[in-house]
Amino acid sequence: MKPEAARTQHSAQEAYVKEHKRYHNKITLCRLAIFLLFLAVWELAADLKWIDAFFFSSPSRVLTCLVELVTEKNLFLHIGITLYETIISFLLVFFFGMLTATLLWYSEGISEILEPYLVVLNSLPKSALAPLFIVWLGTGSLTIVVAGISVAVFGSIISLYTGFKSVDAEKITLIYTLGGSKKDAFTKVVLPASIPTVLSTMKVNIGLALVGVIIGEFLAARRGLGYLIIYSSQVFQMHMVITAIILLCLIAMGLYLSIGYAEHFYKKKTGIK
Amino acid sequence: MPKPLLEAKNICYSYHSLQGETPALKDVSFSINSGEFVAMVGPSGCGKSTLLSVIYGLLRPESGEIIFHSDDVSGKAPKIGYMLQRDHLLEWRSVYENAVLGLEITGRRTPENTSAVLQMMQDYGLYRFKDKKPSELSGGMKQRAALIRTLALNPELLLLDEPFSALDYQTRLMVSADICEIIRSKKKTALLITHDLSEAISLADRVLILGRRPTTVRFDIPIHLTLTDHTPLAARNAPEFKYYFNLLWEAMTDET
Repeated sequence: MKPEAARTQHSAQEAYVKEHKRYHNKITLCRLAIFLLFLAVWELAADLKWIDAFFFSSPSRVLTCLVELVTEKNLFLHIGITLYETIISFLLVFFFGMLTATLLWYSEGISEILEPYLVVLNSLPKSALAPLFIVWLGTGSLTIVVAGISVAVFGSIISLYTGFKSVDAEKITLIYTLGGSKKDAFTKVVLPASIPTVLSTMKVNIGLALVGVIIGEFLAARRGLGYLIIYSSQVFQMHMVITAIILLCLIAMGLYLSIGYAEHFYKKKTGIK
Repeated sequence: MPKPLLEAKNICYSYHSLQGETPALKDVSFSINSGEFVAMVGPSGCGKSTLLSVIYGLLRPESGEIIFHSDDVSGKAPKIGYMLQRDHLLEWRSVYENAVLGLEITGRRTPENTSAVLQMMQDYGLYRFKDKKPSELSGGMKQRAALIRTLALNPELLLLDEPFSALDYQTRLMVSADICEIIRSKKKTALLITHDLSEAISLADRVLILGRRPTTVRFDIPIHLTLTDHTPLAARNAPEFKYYFNLLWEAMTDET
């Protein structure tokens, strides 16, 4: 190859990389712009009295409220409680989900028997159960964790089981042709092949666990962000309601991203796309 | 006359569904001697794969019996190796980890056995790729890795279920030659299923012809080719090749 040719090719590649970077910078910029524009319009609308700041609050009022919450109302305790309850629910959902899905995979009969129950429990709006949990379990962390589990666990069982079932049947035959048992088929083929499904199910579940925990806190808590929202709405402190909702947004994003990172790390390690 | 390694006696097997019964195998009888390379040809969908599953024991015959005369009486490990149509190498394991999968499952991942696997990888040109992912191998190399995985268990009889059918024609010729040579050099007994007549003639010592479903063994044709060297490619040029091809073709098509 002639030097000039090499250089043109090289610069073409450089141009491509540059273009790619520019595109992604533009995307990030636009996202940021929307966010800032929203804040600006919100603040302006409240200051110019287009909207009533008493009901709709404003970014500056949210910020003041945030400082107040941290200094006077022990905000970090509320955040910590909600996070703690969510993570406990999530871990229990993961545990029961995997356990039940494995059991269903092992026994065709059990899975067929339980199918209608799972479908009904999965489509039932779980918030309807919360009052029952309060009566049965009292008002405390236990009720809230159970509420968190109830929202996520049935869907998690169904998607994990579907994932286990969709593993190539011939790969399972392969294990039998190598002298393996059903247990070998599960540990050597089904489980490793399902890790992407497990990770994506968990990504959904962490969000659902948070939903359940907030529902639980609405009804049966003295602490936590859900409690903060209900309490402050009852005393018409809309700044505080909105502040708590914004914090919830951040928590949801953080939880989702942490599973996302686990997924990313797994893909990088195994090289599977 | 030595005892055959494998005897199938009047094997019958049917598939059942609510719509009714579909007989697949009907009175299938044959035997394979130790060291023989036997090919089985038949129209597609005639129940060849069902027969292999019955021989291996994945399916139970409705009547008839499979007798396996093994010299080895320990009876611990499976004495039959089964190679499926596709290689089914597990993508999350390296090539080497795939090759020792059978040893791992049967609890025989001992230093002797794994060094035998490494030796085979050395012999068949896979050693360089042992830590690579299966997706980085060519079709032929994948098939060789799958063969090593099967041979690692040291089976006495190999069942090959159209192991070359997923490969393109050129690769197929080379890989079948390759695999056949490996099996012969290891002095293994093999039963190959194929629908390719030339493949059957060039690889096997004997060809069994199966009929349409419900299938039964219709002809048992020994193959004798005059050969200078025993490779499947040379076999295709043997003077008798054409004769056998016509014989098999007629045997396959004269079904009335």
